[in-house]
Amino acid sequence: MTTITMPQLGETVTEGTVAQWLKNVGDSVEKYEAFVEVSTDKVNAEVPAPVTGVIRELIVKEGETVPTGTPIAIIDEVGAESIPAPHGSASPSEVVAGAPHPSHAEANRQASNDPVPGGNLGVSGVTFTAPSTPAGTNGSSAPAPAGARVSPAVRRLAREHRVDIGAVRGTGDHGRVTANDILAAAKAGPSASVAATISADNAEYAAPKGGAAAVRPSPYEQAKPGSLIPLTQARKIIAQRMVESKRTAPHAWTMVEVDVTNVWRWRVREKDAFEKAHGTKLTLLPFFIRAVVESLAVFPLMNSSFTDEGIRVHRDVNIGLAIAAGGNLIVPVIRNAERLSVRGLALAAGALIEKARSGKLGADDLAGGTFTVNNTGANGSILSAPILVPGQTGIVTTEAVVKRPVVVGDDAIAIRSMMNVCLSLDHRVVDGAVASGFLSDLRKRLEAMGPSGTL
Amino acid sequence: MAGLKGSPAAAAAPQTGSTVMTNVEAVRATLHDALARDERVLIMGEDVGARGNVFLITKGFLEEFGPERIVDTPLAEASIVGVAIGMAMEGLRPIAEIQFADFIYPAFNQIVGEAAKTRYRSNGDYTCPLVIRTPYGGGVRGALSHSVSIEALFYHVPGLTILAPSTPADIKGLLNAAIECPDPVLFLEHKKTYRSVKGEVPNGYYTIPIGKADVKKSGSQATVVSYGYNLHQALDAAGRLEGEGISIEVIDLRSIRPMDKTTILDSVRKTRKLLIIHEDNKFGGIGAEISAMVAEEAFFELDAPIHRLCGPDVPAMGYALPLEEEFMISTEEMLTAMRDLAAF
Repeated sequence: MTTITMPQLGETVTEGTVAQWLKNVGDSVEKYEAFVEVSTDKVNAEVPAPVTGVIRELIVKEGETVPTGTPIAIIDEVGAESIPAPHGSASPSEVVAGAPHPSHAEANRQASNDPVPGGNLGVSGVTFTAPSTPAGTNGSSAPAPAGARVSPAVRRLAREHRVDIGAVRGTGDHGRVTANDILAAAKAGPSASVAATISADNAEYAAPKGGAAAVRPSPYEQAKPGSLIPLTQARKIIAQRMVESKRTAPHAWTMVEVDVTNVWRWRVREKDAFEKAHGTKLTLLPFFIRAVVESLAVFPLMNSSFTDEGIRVHRDVNIGLAIAAGGNLIVPVIRNAERLSVRGLALAAGALIEKARSGKLGADDLAGGTFTVNNTGANGSILSAPILVPGQTGIVTTEAVVKRPVVVGDDAIAIRSMMNVCLSLDHRVVDGAVASGFLSDLRKRLEAMGPSGTL
Repeated sequence: MAGLKGSPAAAAAPQTGSTVMTNVEAVRATLHDALARDERVLIMGEDVGARGNVFLITKGFLEEFGPERIVDTPLAEASIVGVAIGMAMEGLRPIAEIQFADFIYPAFNQIVGEAAKTRYRSNGDYTCPLVIRTPYGGGVRGALSHSVSIEALFYHVPGLTILAPSTPADIKGLLNAAIECPDPVLFLEHKKTYRSVKGEVPNGYYTIPIGKADVKKSGSQATVVSYGYNLHQALDAAGRLEGEGISIEVIDLRSIRPMDKTTILDSVRKTRKLLIIHEDNKFGGIGAEISAMVAEEAFFELDAPIHRLCGPDVPAMGYALPLEEEFMISTEEMLTAMRDLAAF
């Protein structure tokens, strides 16, 4: 018998809602098969079963919100009665929270090919109690133990390719996950298909190519006149956060015109080789994010949060990308964008967009944003006044790139590719001088990006 | 050295094709060509004239080029280098020989305090185109005073170039480059490779750029950086590991300072693992600098801790065979280190 508890979906999350049971009492369930959908904040995550068995009890009702760690279901393992449970079967005291003791993990890893509890379900912190499988079960190399040491290369590659290290079987010494294991997993696994469909011409957020199967139709997409559409969990949260932002942060707004002719040429020069190398299109977005990151380094106040204690200036630059997916607005985050090159940003953004399209974003993908970029120009907009993500000080938009006659140099008229960049700012944190300094710096950086740069 | 013995025939060597030589023959042939080619070149050191050098490198040179260009000196290393510095500053191209690297210490002040700083001190009015050649390294029953590795002692000094080629072809190209170099070069020759290493040497004059390492064997699972006698052991070990399906890349550092960061980093970015092997002791050695450089510039490429296989931190190489063997890194140790790193 295995007790399943509410997983902690994200660092700061303390409770979760059972959005939908995917199995009923009496249904059999395969190990790793999704059996419940849990929602928190804006994430919907399918939680895989830790064991193969039959659902004995669903403790929490759909729509009910419980603290993380609360038992939500019980699964009877197939053949459980024949397995002697070493410490008495699944007493409540055995409900483990978090990673097990290392020595326990080690023993498990060596003794069987079962995943180490709590470590490898693809959802961080899913906790359950399983009677240990008998020692001596023959198995190939197991997934890396929770808390295993990870080399810098593995951590970087896993992030770049969006591979869950815990789910990768290590081929290194003592089952260590090696850099090559990550690359192999990235090649094989769906999460690695960085073939995000960022279309070239300002349509980064348009519909995905080839129709990802997992995209759920949104009720808002087929709104019937005269109907009342029930609020989804996600819609409720979006509404709540928009109101919160507008109520707490006095928004001010400003805009610059940017000549993107040269950076556009750079993109054009690189895009075929890039697509060939990475299977993903190279849009203007990563160039823009790179410039934003550099400007944030000059104006760190723009990368801060207003709190009651004071203005918290963030060390990391975590860039949120506002994306429309499945009728909802979501803002997945490129973490430590300051460490990524244009190429790295392109791959990271592509992977996030692909995940968003296919509904595979996890809590970690959405947490920790410190500044947001919104590509409103995808739909042809030339001006917008975006709403801040609560807790952030700035959000910039990239508007449509249009060719316009522009006065350049010594009073000559030239046809240039122009783009408006709009900024909303939290006026509690910064004033117009800082904001316009930031925007002006951003404009200069974008205009200085020339066709001879390296990605 | 049969083909070259006491004969100026080398001067008439063909300009195309190649000749098989040992390391010591390559040194001799290159010096001979330089003396024949450029009147500014001269050799000075202990026993380089009448004796023809303790390894017979300059045998016959005195007769051929005369006592003004092949100068026997007293046993006074500070004077050898000090006089050579003056010659170099005034337009000659002296090649000063320190008979064994173990004897270089009296010249330390001249090398570090004068030669390395000449260009800086004179604001570029003077340079010091001096080559100091010296045999170094152990494994030849040379005991305390004929086995030392000195590269780390000079490695810290800006203004000095330190070369340690390990094959006859590299010796020729880099010795020619050293003679051409307008600044002082410390040219290290591992004495155990003098007669044990043999290879094709292109005929005719050529140089190899200073500061350029050489990938002597390409591989995918780990990078080994080495030089000197160890390089040949590392190549042997890496070759044997091919049979086990383990693919090791071996980089010959060749130029110790300046260090070829690009070649090392490119390789580490490919293999993600690094092993540095040198006979000189570990603490504060060349491997420490390479490790630090890679950690600074390629941290996020590393898939394993950087590993160093080096000589022990003991004052000297003993004469007794067990002591010498203990000091020298064995090929078996290299095999184990490479296997472990590949499997990590």
